[in-house]
Order: sequence, then C-alpha cells, then structure tokens
Amino acid sequence: MKEQLTQALGWVDARFPLSKMVKEHATEYYAPKNFNFWYFFGGLALLALVIQIVTGIFLTMHYKPDAELAFASVEYIMRDVEWGWLVRYMHSTGASAMFVVLYLHMFRALLYGSYKKPRELIWIFGMLLYLIMMGEAFFGYLLPWGQMSFWGAQVIISLFGTIPFIGPDLALFVRGDFVVADATLNRFFAFHVIAAPLAILALVGAHLIALHEVGSNNPDGVEIKKNKDANGKPVDGIPFHPYYTLKDAVGAVVFLMFLSAVLFFAPEMGGLFLEYPNFEPANPLKTPEHIAPVWYFTPFYTVLRAIPSIGGSAFPGVVAMGAATMIFFALPWLDRNPVKSIRYRGIEFKIALTIFVIVFIILGYLGTQAVTPLYEIIGRVCTVLYFAFFLLMPWYTSREKNKPVPERVTFK
Amino acid sequence: MSTEGVDKGRRRFLTAAASVVGGVGVATTVVPFVLTMKPSARAAAAGAPVEVDVSKLELGQMVTVEWRGKPVWVVRRTEQNLKDLPTLDGTLKDPAGDIIQQPEYAKNGTRSLKAEYLILVGICTHLGCSPTYRPDIAPADLGIEWKGGFFCPCHGSKFDLAGRVFNGVPAPKNLEVPRHKYLSDSRILIGEDEQGAA
Amino acid sequence: MKKIIAIIIIAFLPGLVMAAGGGIHLDKANIDIRDQVSLQNGARTYFQYCSGCHSIQFMRYNRMGEDLGLSDAEIKSTMMFTTDKIGELIKVSMQKKDSERWFGTAPPDLSVISRSRGVDWLYSYLRGFYLDPSRPFGVNNTVFKDVGMPHALWELQGLMQPVYESYTDAAGNEKKKITGMEQATPGALSAEEYDDTVRNLVNFLSYVGEPVQVQREQLGVYVLIFLSILLVFVYLLKKEYWRDVH
Repeated sequence: MKEQLTQALGWVDARFPLSKMVKEHATEYYAPKNFNFWYFFGGLALLALVIQIVTGIFLTMHYKPDAELAFASVEYIMRDVEWGWLVRYMHSTGASAMFVVLYLHMFRALLYGSYKKPRELIWIFGMLLYLIMMGEAFFGYLLPWGQMSFWGAQVIISLFGTIPFIGPDLALFVRGDFVVADATLNRFFAFHVIAAPLAILALVGAHLIALHEVGSNNPDGVEIKKNKDANGKPVDGIPFHPYYTLKDAVGAVVFLMFLSAVLFFAPEMGGLFLEYPNFEPANPLKTPEHIAPVWYFTPFYTVLRAIPSIGGSAFPGVVAMGAATMIFFALPWLDRNPVKSIRYRGIEFKIALTIFVIVFIILGYLGTQAVTPLYEIIGRVCTVLYFAFFLLMPWYTSREKNKPVPERVTFK
Repeated sequence: MSTEGVDKGRRRFLTAAASVVGGVGVATTVVPFVLTMKPSARAAAAGAPVEVDVSKLELGQMVTVEWRGKPVWVVRRTEQNLKDLPTLDGTLKDPAGDIIQQPEYAKNGTRSLKAEYLILVGICTHLGCSPTYRPDIAPADLGIEWKGGFFCPCHGSKFDLAGRVFNGVPAPKNLEVPRHKYLSDSRILIGEDEQGAA
Repeated sequence: MKKIIAIIIIAFLPGLVMAAGGGIHLDKANIDIRDQVSLQNGARTYFQYCSGCHSIQFMRYNRMGEDLGLSDAEIKSTMMFTTDKIGELIKVSMQKKDSERWFGTAPPDLSVISRSRGVDWLYSYLRGFYLDPSRPFGVNNTVFKDVGMPHALWELQGLMQPVYESYTDAAGNEKKKITGMEQATPGALSAEEYDDTVRNLVNFLSYVGEPVQVQREQLGVYVLIFLSILLVFVYLLKKEYWRDVH
C-alpha cells in the first residue's frame, strides 16, 4: 500500500511539481517561531474567503439577479430552500467577518512594519486585495435589492457623477440606466460572482508567492534568513507545517466560534451586519430617513462628508475619500524609519499609530450616524488627523530614537 | 528546536482524535449545503397533489392537468375501448404490466382503479416527449389495426388506450400510471393515494 | 503597547453596536417567540383583522401550521381566504390599484415588517392610534404620524382621546404635544387584554419575519458545543507539537 502511494506520487511528481510545492510552501517553508496573536489573521482571511466562495456558489443557485425578483428570491432562500437560511447567514455574517479579519491583518502590518523593504510588493498586492474586496462587498450589497442596497448604490454611483466634465456620463454608464435599475443589478451580479472573485483569487496567489519568496516578517522585525545553521535552515525558523498549520487550526476554530456566535444568535448584529431598512424592498421613489453604508465603509464615508463642497461640487470630498484609501499604498515610502517592529521604534510612531487607530474608529462610528454640527466638527478634525498620520510620517519617522534591535527573535 | 524525547504515541492519538472530530465537523457541514439542492418548499407546493373533476368529461374525451410540471392525462374510455384492450395483448411488449410502471392497484387489464377512467403521466418512456391522443379508429397514418391510443411524434412510439407500449417501437416501457385516488365518484386526486403522497 | 491598543479596540466595539435608535419613544413589546399559544393567538388576530389588506407573501400556510402547531382543518376553515392549497403563500385578494386609491398607498406586505421596523415599533404603533378628526379615517398615530391606515383593531381597543399639553418651543411658538391617552369609547377588550392581543400579534409577525429563528438558536448551541470539543483536541495537538519549539 505504502509502496503504491510512493509510486503514484512519483508518477505525479514527474509531471507536476507536487512534492516540491508542498515542501516550498509548507513542510520546508520556514516561518519565524515568535509569531504572536496578530499573525492569525492572514490565515483567517483565507478561511473567510473560502467560506464566502463556497456559500456564494450555493446562493447563486437560488438567487435571481432581476429587479422584480431579487428581493423575493432572497426571502425564498431564507424560507423555502432547505437550509438556505444557514448558507445566507454564513455569507452575510462572513462578509463582515472578512473585514474584521482584514482590518486586524492590516493593523498587524502597521505594528510590525510588514510593509517595509523587502516586503513592499506584498503590501501592494494586499492593498489591491483590500480595494477589490471593498468593491466585491459593495457589489454584493446591492443584490438583496432592499432599500439600503438601492440607495447605497445610488449614492456611491452618484459620486462618480461629481467628477468634472465626464462625471454625469460616467455615472450613467456605470448604472446602465438613469437610476439604479435592473441593468445595474444585473451587471453588479456579474462583477460580484465572477469578475471580482477571479481578481481576488489571482491576487491572493500573488500575495502568497511574494510572501514565501521573501519570508514572513515577525513581531521583532528581525530577518530570520540572516541567521542560518550548518544545513542552511534559519535558526529562528520552524517549518510552517506542522507547527503553524496546527497553530492556525486553533485560531480557525476560535474564529469559527466567534462567527457562529454572531451567525446563530445575532445575524443582524443590531443592524450593523444586516441593516433594518434593507428588509424593505427597493423603492426608487422613497429614500430611507437615514442612509449609512455598511460598517466597514463608514470611516471613508465620514471623510467624504467631512469635506465641504467647493463651488457647488462634492468632487473634493470624493477625491478625499479616494485618497484616504489610496494613501495606504504609499506607506512603504512614507515611513523613513528602517526599524520594522513597533517594539524597538521611538515614541513618535507609537503615539501616531495610537491616535490613528482611535481616529479610524471615531470616523467609522460617525459614518453610521446622521450628521449633526458637533459630529461634523469631530469628523473634520479626525479627517485632518487621519491624513496627518500619513503625510507627516516622513517627518516624524525620521526623527525617532530607536531601541537596539536584537540579533535573534525573542519571546514575549 | 529539538525532536528528541517525543511521545510518538501521544502525537498519533491526538492527530487521530483531532482529525476524526474535525472530519465529523466538515462532513456535517457538507450536509446542509447538499440539502439546499433538494426541491424547495416552492417546488413541493407546486408538486402538491392535483384534484381533477371528471363529472363533465364525455365518453372518449381526454383532459390534461399539470402535476409536478408534467402533463397528466385523464381519459374516459368507452365500452368498446375496454373490449378492444385484451385483443391487443399479442402485439404489446408488456401487456400485463410486469415492469413496474403503475401502482399495485392499477396492475390489471385496464391499468386503472375504475376501468372507465385511464390516468397516465403523458411523457413517452423513450426520450421524454409528450405523445398525442389518437382516439380515431384505423386512421390512414396509423394503419388498419389501430384501435385508439397514443402516438409519439418524436420517434413514432405507439401506446394503446391503457398506455401499454406496442412491439416494434423505440419506447421500452408502458406509460406511467401516477398514484391517485378517488375522493368521490367524479373527483380524482392525482399524486396521492391511500398510502400517502407520492 | 499592543495591549493598550487592543483594549481600545475592544472598548469601542460595543459602542458601535449600540449606535442605533433615538427619536420617538417606543414601548417594549416583550414577546416570547417560543410561546406557541401566543403565536397561535397572534395568527388568529392577523387573519381576522389584518389579512384583508396585508399579505405575508413569503410565508406558506403549511409551514406556518407546522411551526405554530395549528391544524390543517383550522387553517383551511378560518385562515385560507385566497387559495385552497395548503402549500400556497399567504396573499391578499385586494388589488394594489384599488388599495392605493382607498388608502393613498398600498398596504405593505408583512413578511419582514418585524425586521425592518422592529417589534417594539410595531407594538407601540398598534397601540398608538388616537382620534383626529382631520384625518380621512378619523384617527392618527403617535408613532407613525399621518399614517394612511385606519385603526383596524378599534373594535378591540375602542377609541382613544389624546391628552394634550401646551408648551412653547425654542422659537417662541405655542405647540401642543400628546402626553397620554384616555378611553373615548370602550372596546371589547380591557386595556391589559388589548396589550396582550397586540403583543401576541407582534410575536406572530416576529415569527413570520424569520420563521427559522428558534431552530437557528438551537442549532447554534450545538455548533458551539461541537466547536468547543474540537478546540480541546486541536489545542492539545498543537501544544504537543510545539514542545519541539520551546
């Protein structure tokens, strides 16, 4: 039996580098042995992606991308399709879970300088993934064809309309109709179920290949490849499999417990994951009293609202919102401090990052609320602080007093 | 990093235990996903038993009702039709209905509960076309021996007025008699019998 | 450092979740989705008083019967007005065009009304009708101002006269606001009985909004128990292998 398996493996290996790939990416991929809590989220993002794809496939079997039928087909899935409710809740809760995981994953990169040389491309692939994931979520949010779906899409697409000269034509082109309509729903469905997922899968591949080429960063920001033993293995590295596959499995089970707790006991999450007005079918003649995007877009939505219109055009706000997402791409070049990990960096970055996180959360909260004069001021202050974190970075990171970085990784 | 003093037995046990529990979890998760592909409550409602009122049906006439998206025929046969049936036995593939294409209570010479009413699923057993009702006796195209029956335009299969298939045509089996019962003398429920719903 | 940040994040999350509501005061409905008797009574009230105008077009009679423990015979004789098939959806015979003419707007379908409005809103709304001669049907509502719907349950509640209180707003204008209600004409039910009837009705609408909610929570308990067991094994296995590392 064992002999036959070896033979079969040999047959495959002569034709496809199976053993070689398993070695390169698992059993002989050496990862630093000092990964901490923050290093769970990359693997979890992959798990969340798998959940979204599998549940998405099964939802597509019953969903109808038609303005007349879409709302009813979602309720059909929730009621008439056996176990349809479970698959739908997995998908809707999974979408929010994906963004929780992604934000924590990105925060990890900020903490330990994972975007710095030689990992700039990993960061860029990751940021592209984040942007496409936002598109994917936005397209998907239209599909239930509820009031929030409809008016959210209407507002976001109207943003294109503010672009000088080409704006109105562009918005019309994106919608394929004079308002968000059947044509819009149909094309968003195409983007959601095939175009964006293909791009996401390709980029996940690129993200991982780039990562395995340069090797993982770690909480000490030490390059483990610099210290190798006689066999050429990094002394601070351990094979990804079985050590990190098992550790990630523990993380995955805990993640699934959190996911299940929401999915089975609070699938609406108090209106954050499934918004109440979205249980009303889309009505092009009646806007809900208060529209807010889903929680993972709200920080950027607040930036949009914080910028006053200039010359009667909301375009500056749109530019600011775009810049707020795009500016992450420049991070590897804005940060001038060669030290990666926050553990050994000066006080300046620690303060800046703390303020940034608080500002990001406040921006997110404000985006869910109706505008009041007080909130508008807070929103503007936070928007300024948000951009200051990035734009002042070359200045404050070049004057940091670093602590000595150890030669080898440490355990804390 | 050292692999000395490893308790291999403990590792093997824990690996097996975790794999089994995890495997059970994965397998259990697969079940609801597969079950979403079953006919939904809507399909079940559309496939619910159908009631037919035959009180206005004249002798020799046929009505078609839809049950589970398929045509179901109800034919009121004449005395002459019923007399003709046994005379055809020699030209049929399965005159007695030994291949199960009918409920037990319709495995008789007329393939029916009440001889007067023939109830059939109107789908040819060859490749799924719906045959046409040809009650006319000895028409030019079907020949002098034709005593009324069903003719499938797709590949020329022929069935008699009990839905039994003739020799020498492509269809392999008799037409199916669906489960049914009489609610009263003139009301028939198709898709449900004394044993329950089909 | 990282602990501080983690604490900040965790401290803020509940704040985000709580961020909802505001506006009109709503009374708590205090429904119990597991109370079958309440659900049955709510269903009867719906079919007697609401189903003439409001459909529940995503709900099937037979599913409702199974979940609420109502017999096919009762459903067929007292609830099925628009169909004779037990597997059918709960629809209305009223034409949308007619209802728009009569009420100004078509009565909404009630399938997911409990999810878009919330049960407390429904409970307060159905108890919030008061006499207002300026309205076409002679009633207005404290929760939904100038609503087009007549007080469908008036036989049960009777009619309520609002108690006004005058006040001066910030701009110096005399304004009136409703501070309470008193019975103008008595109904068939006492105030407490009426509240119970409405509570049962809202409970039924909550069930209809998500028929699977009881099973969902039951399954959730099993899933969490299973994952806890799996966690023990996976954690022990991880710990066993990581002895190599430490």
